[in-house]
Amino acid sequence: MFSSGSGNTVIKSKLISRRMFLLTAGKAIVVVGVLGRLISLQINESNKYKTLSDKNRFREWKLAPERGVIKDYFNQEIASNRQVYQIHLIPENANNINEIFFRLKSILKISDGRIFSLKKKIAKQKPWEPIIISDNLNWSEFSRINLFLHELQGVEPVVSVARMYKDSSSAHVLGYVSQVSAKDLKDKKYLKDMSVPGIAVGKTGLERRLDKEIIGKVGFQRYEVNAYGKRIKQIQIDQGQAGQDYKTTLDLEVQRYTSEILEDKAASVCVMDIYNGDIVSLVSSPSYDPNTFVHGVDRNYWNSLINNDRKPLTNKAISGLYPPGSTIKTLVALSALENKIVSPLKSVNCTGKIEMFGEKFHCWKKKGHGVVNMRSAIKRSCDVYFYEIARRLGVDRLSVTAKKFGLGKKVLKDFSEERTGVVPNTSWKKKYIGQNWYLGETLHTGIGQGYFQSTPIQLCLMTAQIANGGFEIKPRIIFEQTKNNLKEYLKFKNENPDQPLPEELLLSNLELKPLFKNQENIKIIQDAMFSSSNEPGGTSYKSRLEDKKFTFAGKTGSSQIKRFTEEQREAEVKQENIPYKSRDHALFIAYAPVSDPKYAISVVVEHGGSGSKAAAPLAKKVIKKVLERHNLRQSVSSLIGDSV
Amino acid sequence: MYQPRSIQSSLSFKDKLYSIDYVLVFTILILGIVSMFAMYSTDGGEFAYHTKSHILRFCVFFIAFFLLSFVQIRLWHGTSYFFYIIFFILLVGVKYFGLTSSGSQRWLELPFINLQPSELMKVGLILFLAKYYHRISLENVNRVRYLFIPIVALIAPVLLVVMQPDLGTSLLIAAGGVVVAWLAGVKVKFFAYISLIFILLLPVAISFLKPYQKARILTFLNPEKDPLGAGYQIIQSKIAVGSGGLFGKGFLNGSQSYLDYLPEKHTDFIFTLFSEEFGFSGSIFILFLYGLIISRIIKIGNITRSNFGKLYCYSFATAFFIYVVVNMGMVLGLLPIVGSPLPIMSYGGSSMMAIMFGLGITMSCKVYKDTPVN
Repeated sequence: MFSSGSGNTVIKSKLISRRMFLLTAGKAIVVVGVLGRLISLQINESNKYKTLSDKNRFREWKLAPERGVIKDYFNQEIASNRQVYQIHLIPENANNINEIFFRLKSILKISDGRIFSLKKKIAKQKPWEPIIISDNLNWSEFSRINLFLHELQGVEPVVSVARMYKDSSSAHVLGYVSQVSAKDLKDKKYLKDMSVPGIAVGKTGLERRLDKEIIGKVGFQRYEVNAYGKRIKQIQIDQGQAGQDYKTTLDLEVQRYTSEILEDKAASVCVMDIYNGDIVSLVSSPSYDPNTFVHGVDRNYWNSLINNDRKPLTNKAISGLYPPGSTIKTLVALSALENKIVSPLKSVNCTGKIEMFGEKFHCWKKKGHGVVNMRSAIKRSCDVYFYEIARRLGVDRLSVTAKKFGLGKKVLKDFSEERTGVVPNTSWKKKYIGQNWYLGETLHTGIGQGYFQSTPIQLCLMTAQIANGGFEIKPRIIFEQTKNNLKEYLKFKNENPDQPLPEELLLSNLELKPLFKNQENIKIIQDAMFSSSNEPGGTSYKSRLEDKKFTFAGKTGSSQIKRFTEEQREAEVKQENIPYKSRDHALFIAYAPVSDPKYAISVVVEHGGSGSKAAAPLAKKVIKKVLERHNLRQSVSSLIGDSV
Repeated sequence: MYQPRSIQSSLSFKDKLYSIDYVLVFTILILGIVSMFAMYSTDGGEFAYHTKSHILRFCVFFIAFFLLSFVQIRLWHGTSYFFYIIFFILLVGVKYFGLTSSGSQRWLELPFINLQPSELMKVGLILFLAKYYHRISLENVNRVRYLFIPIVALIAPVLLVVMQPDLGTSLLIAAGGVVVAWLAGVKVKFFAYISLIFILLLPVAISFLKPYQKARILTFLNPEKDPLGAGYQIIQSKIAVGSGGLFGKGFLNGSQSYLDYLPEKHTDFIFTLFSEEFGFSGSIFILFLYGLIISRIIKIGNITRSNFGKLYCYSFATAFFIYVVVNMGMVLGLLPIVGSPLPIMSYGGSSMMAIMFGLGITMSCKVYKDTPVN
């Protein structure tokens, strides 16, 4: 083997070397592959992987911000926050979700449906994101959970804050907050980065209108976590920012008082400062408890709300639409005067009805009012007089005046619930109904019936603008320090008590725009309204306030739901004797005090019957309350003026 | 060729000491030191269990390697079959007395070490086949009856290891054996036939695979499909390597590893950890060290006179290369996660023992390069 093998060995050795060479070449290719991969990972795509590594490393837990507080004019909190006890579950930390839910069910009252939806939610989100199992536990439930906490891995007791409304008197104007819905996320862009469990958004009213500012800034805690989700150390914390607090022009005391006297009625009240448009009170009745929405409304309660005939969820003051009825007569008369259609002294004989255009038009008073002029027609609310005036005026001219004084357009800014109403005229009818205007309809419009639709806040604005001498004001509900310079106003008032404000002052300081051609005309209307409330025979004479400090001037109205049949008219059927749903709406508008007007009010009682019986007595009480608090309000505003 | 026997046998200790390849020795030493730092980092910057144990093992086996270098090449040749048989018996022993850990039975519990015979078999098979092909003449290499023994010698341990189950190691053992046969001159067509048979048997083999092994292969094909399940390891490893960038996050700052995102960071994924902390430059450095080791082994193969030595060195170098490349390919997401340690760097006594054993034989080829073996 040695001798013969030696040659053989050499050949073999050469073969081995040759094959090794091939292998080495193969290796080189493989090395290039590995190197290429390293370059691709560590150089080309390094940034991508760095981001991924940080994503691994850091986890953020968002912190829900505290919602801003809403206060009244006197800095009383209307919507505030309170501590709530919650339990959260971090699914990742729980060994067995089903077991946890089973245990929780035995400790708390959680329905199977709720557990099902929670599980669905858990499946959708990241395992380290906490889910709220129960967001409002009472103390005994909360302490019981704490007792069993050692058996409930992943469950965390949390003390959080939630919205609280002291009472429901301002429920409609404030609105309520509730859990974010899919629709909210779609509609409201600012919510996009706020996906914090438990955050509530404003659904209606001011809560909705101010939501973006009031909701606050979401905070976060950033932790470094290991692969098992255990927090290793806190890297960064941002407490976020509580939402902005808002001061409103509302007077909580008046709100409460008003909602008390409106209880059991389907009614609304709006009170407005006639100079700066501050809304002192905006109450709708019946009310609901906005607190019930904060943690998800109870089904039974919800059903009771939506099935209630008197519509507790509707803010009637801004979204209730009513024909203005006789309250419009103030504007019909004013329009007639402004357009020089009639002299205030022109008289009309009311016999209880007139026939025109082949149709019978009735006065509310079957026997008729006899001979009336403008003042007495307003005072006694004679329909026949206004049929005649309206006929001469025409609906188009009337609609111009009505729109000028704020009917037919939204009063407040950005209130999604507010409605526009209708001020009919010939072109409106053509456009929306597609028919020509009938002259008879002008007559109905002249007494605020027919197509006319207005909201209580529009009527209040109309009254305020008559009361302040015919100047445009912009009603507001959020307190503003700018454009609220009442200093000179107050100065003048202190120096010249009992004198009305000079025009220049009004114009210069409060940016008032006159709505009249001749201010004398406004005064005629004011005088007529005074007579209606303060002279015997006036429709609201019975509700008058005799104390000079409180004396108001007003106009009643009742808007028909159903026209009376001839038989009913003949039989003089009383409103109380027909079904609730068919009764007239009772309206009343007024301003007070007559000697130095400060506030305007509108009261609407749905199906209340006549304005003088149902609405005026309520207005009387509210006016007194508001005026009693006037000095206090003034002192607050002067203080604020000083601090600016 | 005619005088060496007497000359070689009369080599003085000094001569032997001089003929050691110190480049190789120091490269191994440097790699060992680097691995200690890496291990220290896996312990979260503490001188804890893994680090201590790794250092101890490295020291013990490094000394063993150095001592083995002086063992006569003829002795290695003479005992090749013996070693193979010992390792095989140990493998059989594993089947009956082995420790079971995380679903597979791989270890023999010995007083001082939990021995993993499959690691030793990686070297054992190379040694066996090197001797076998050294002994048969060139004409016989491609005769079918001479293929019988190598095939049995290869299949038997591989099957035992597959059944443990340890797919990764069994493939690496087989790879070593195939390399020897190829270098010895076995014709390509035989490999082709065997591959064909293998492919035909593959469906049968797959049906024997454990579910987790199937999952691993599927995961390799699409790791992003199940990021929190089986694909997790590959994804996290890629993130760690990639986020290291050019210069790395710095020693002890590998967030992926110390926050436990990295799986098996002591063993299979040690390169990932190092790459994360030292970046592309660190990775290149490691590649360079391995390249140097492999090229030194090949160089020893070149200067060794005996075909046994050549076959052994070349095969061992290639196998070593495969171990490194498979491990890196695995952690870089180029290959499925099969479970193969990175030589010297990875934590694991048996792997360290086998590699040092193999390197010792290599060095003995250098020291006794002119000694004929039979």
